[in-house]
Amino acid sequence: MTFDLFFNSSLILLVIGMLFKMFQWFSYKIGIQTENSTLSQRLIVGGKAVFGVVFSSKIIIVIKIFIIDVLLQVKVLKQDVLRWVMHMLIFWGFIPLFFMHALESIVSETIFSSYYSTVNPFMFLRDFFGFMVLAGLAIAIYRRFFMKIHRLSTNKKDIYAIFIVAIIILSGIFLEGSKIISHTDFLSMEEEYSALDYKEDIIALEAYWVKYYGLSSPNVVDPIPADTLAAGEEIHTESCLDCHSRPQYAFTGFAASKLMKPIGGLLDNLGIVTFFYYFHILACFIGLALLPFTKMLHIVTTPMSLVINGIMKRAESDPLNIATRQLIELDACVHCNTCSKTCSVGPAFDAKNNRNILPSERMVSLTQYFKTKDLGSSQFMAIQEGIFLCSNCDRCTVVCPAGINLKELWYDVREEFIRSGASISSLVLSPYSFNRTYNQDDFGATLSDMPAKHAKNIIADKYKKKSQADDVLSLSPKANDFSETTFAYCFSCENCTNVCPVVMNYEKPEQAVDLLPHQVMRSIGLGLEDIALGSNMLWDCVTCYQCQEHCPQNVKVTDILYELKNKVSKDCFYA
Amino acid sequence: MKKFALFIGCNIPAKVEQYETSSRAVLEKLDIGIMDIKAFNCCGYPLKNTDKKAWILSSARNIALAENDGNDILTLCKCCFGSLKKVNAILKDDQELTLEINQILAKEGLKYQGSASISHYLSILHNDISIDELNKKTIDHFKDLKIATHYGCHALRPSEIMKFDDPAAPKLFDNLVNVTGAKSIEWASKLDCCGAPVLGINDGLSYDLTEKKLKNAKTAGADFICVACPWCHMQFDKIQDQMVSKRNFEDGLPSILYTQLLGLRLGIKKEELGIESPENQKSELLNQAYSKLFETVEKKVKKKKSKKKSAKKKAAKKGPKSVD
Repeated sequence: MTFDLFFNSSLILLVIGMLFKMFQWFSYKIGIQTENSTLSQRLIVGGKAVFGVVFSSKIIIVIKIFIIDVLLQVKVLKQDVLRWVMHMLIFWGFIPLFFMHALESIVSETIFSSYYSTVNPFMFLRDFFGFMVLAGLAIAIYRRFFMKIHRLSTNKKDIYAIFIVAIIILSGIFLEGSKIISHTDFLSMEEEYSALDYKEDIIALEAYWVKYYGLSSPNVVDPIPADTLAAGEEIHTESCLDCHSRPQYAFTGFAASKLMKPIGGLLDNLGIVTFFYYFHILACFIGLALLPFTKMLHIVTTPMSLVINGIMKRAESDPLNIATRQLIELDACVHCNTCSKTCSVGPAFDAKNNRNILPSERMVSLTQYFKTKDLGSSQFMAIQEGIFLCSNCDRCTVVCPAGINLKELWYDVREEFIRSGASISSLVLSPYSFNRTYNQDDFGATLSDMPAKHAKNIIADKYKKKSQADDVLSLSPKANDFSETTFAYCFSCENCTNVCPVVMNYEKPEQAVDLLPHQVMRSIGLGLEDIALGSNMLWDCVTCYQCQEHCPQNVKVTDILYELKNKVSKDCFYA
Repeated sequence: MKKFALFIGCNIPAKVEQYETSSRAVLEKLDIGIMDIKAFNCCGYPLKNTDKKAWILSSARNIALAENDGNDILTLCKCCFGSLKKVNAILKDDQELTLEINQILAKEGLKYQGSASISHYLSILHNDISIDELNKKTIDHFKDLKIATHYGCHALRPSEIMKFDDPAAPKLFDNLVNVTGAKSIEWASKLDCCGAPVLGINDGLSYDLTEKKLKNAKTAGADFICVACPWCHMQFDKIQDQMVSKRNFEDGLPSILYTQLLGLRLGIKKEELGIESPENQKSELLNQAYSKLFETVEKKVKKKKSKKKSAKKKAAKKGPKSVD
């Protein structure tokens, strides 16, 4: 009765939660393609795509992916053998437990006519699968808390996932252990299955169970007379043996019973069986009800991501479906850290300490971001730095064990940030921007170098331009805080300017780049740091080092331009 | 000789895969042992504009990883080459910064010492293997192929640090092209920038620089512009296509990676080098250029002195012979 109430409530909560998740996947906006889409549009194109796959030859690919990547998790194996062992133990321990044990009345009893949870092989297997999960959890805890994996972080969701599975399994084991020692349970079983008339017979059976079945009894004291045992064995063989294997086969539960046995009588009187029973089913039902909002959702979403990404190609897909897929992907990420471990710009995180530079951490932040699209400016800036500080090597996408197309996610989020106009980063003024123009046709980056122009405007607002020379220019007393000071040797021979391919490219270079290379050098030398920092020359410099190579005074022109750019970046974008 | 750790960088595996496959095929043909370090990260080059320390840490970590196994680094990309080598030079003179970098690296048990040398693929071919040796290994020569060599800024300059070749009159790349029987032509703006560093920052400027180079090479009669850097290749390849559609650029000139060019003459199959057949090219112009890659003449065994010249003369006397 209570079981049904709990079970049904948790199922209802699960269904509501899953519907809410689906609502999020189909209604939240991500990327620039979904700007004007509606929920019904998204549902219709999504439904069509699923229909198209199910009734086509692609279904074979889907099945193949399901076997290789979902059931055997080959993608995990390729990246990390230990993690694969860990996950296979948990997965292949939990799934049989779920069907054989949790759904025993629906599955096991239908398939096996002789099914009894107290009879081998089922009794042994239940413990065996439970033990597999425990072993997997032990590896998970070891990995997360003792292995000191560089750049691996563990958040609340990871801890919850380990915790809830551990609680479910351990409470089950202790429930089993408490049943083994419970005198109350013994008596009710006796009544149900043997219904002995004589007290001596009950005592004899009890004695046999104390001796061989781990029972804790107030009525039996050592040493047990041999004839009592023999009588007990006879009754046992007649009434119990067929339906109850020896509890030693349930090795984890038996071990738990050994722990409790010294105070078995007391525990039994306190109702330990009932306690663990409710503990166990409550843990299971809480896990079930909260599934859509915890990391355990990956049981559903990660296989979805693997399958969808195995058959979906950007060029052939409806942009709305790509957006929906990306929202599912955010829920499919299990924060396993494989991407961050391999991330090409990992050292930038080590230097700057912004977690959003690491892809797995960025996934966490983006999940937050797409809920509200408003996280406050400092958090937004941090995500933004992460999303632009990417060398587009695609390694994260190649290694992701959940098959998430991270590369496309980064591209689309970048475009959304840029389109929103809120995007402010000096990184758009670096070669990281190459990829936007390079891939503009694939990702709708029609605004090409627009973000760079936006950033240049921010810089222009901060510093004086040479064209504003009518204003009083302030001399900078701090001109000496340069690490590269060779500008002091510049005597304006203009060699640098004459060999500069950028200067050469313009008919009126001074209009285009503001300050010519030699003017930049002289400006700093004169203490006019402000106009040097505001010069477009810094960002148009192709860093070809012609100027530096040709300087008769050994002024490190290009290196100085780099240093100025670093200063601008720090002053205008990290202030 | 130390073993080389192959440094592929970020762009090649994502966008210029044929550079990696052709480079590996050529190294194998020349019996150069290499090893791969999976933990290598970005050289940090794109960070130079905004964050010097993050750039230096990125490069230093790679060097430390190579040092860990006692390897030198062999780069395919000119910008990785420049970045790594410059960091070696900077840290050599800056004990304080080295200390700071090593404090960060120590978190993952690494230590930068600066003992690994950094070489570009072309330097290894030219200096470690030598033109003579390459000459022996080629199976035949291109019949009539004119190549405009694009040196790449970050390999040449600052020459004080890079020591790649004479920065004003480099010959290394031209020698490497000539050994295949192709003719390396003289052309204006040979040593200039490809335009890639400002793509996305100032697209117009980037396109201008690329256009100028392609036009000059074409005017000088080149069949291909030849590169040994993924940035330059992407710029002359896909960005050139963008320019065709966006600014009516017409004087198209295909770009080829040096490893593909050499690979063909070492007898490596075009599929292994990632070269498409002439008939599969998207335009008549490309078809003609690519056809020339498969027109070859026998090379002659020559006497010891003035190898290249005599090889070419003798090759020229021979009738054409089509291979492949």
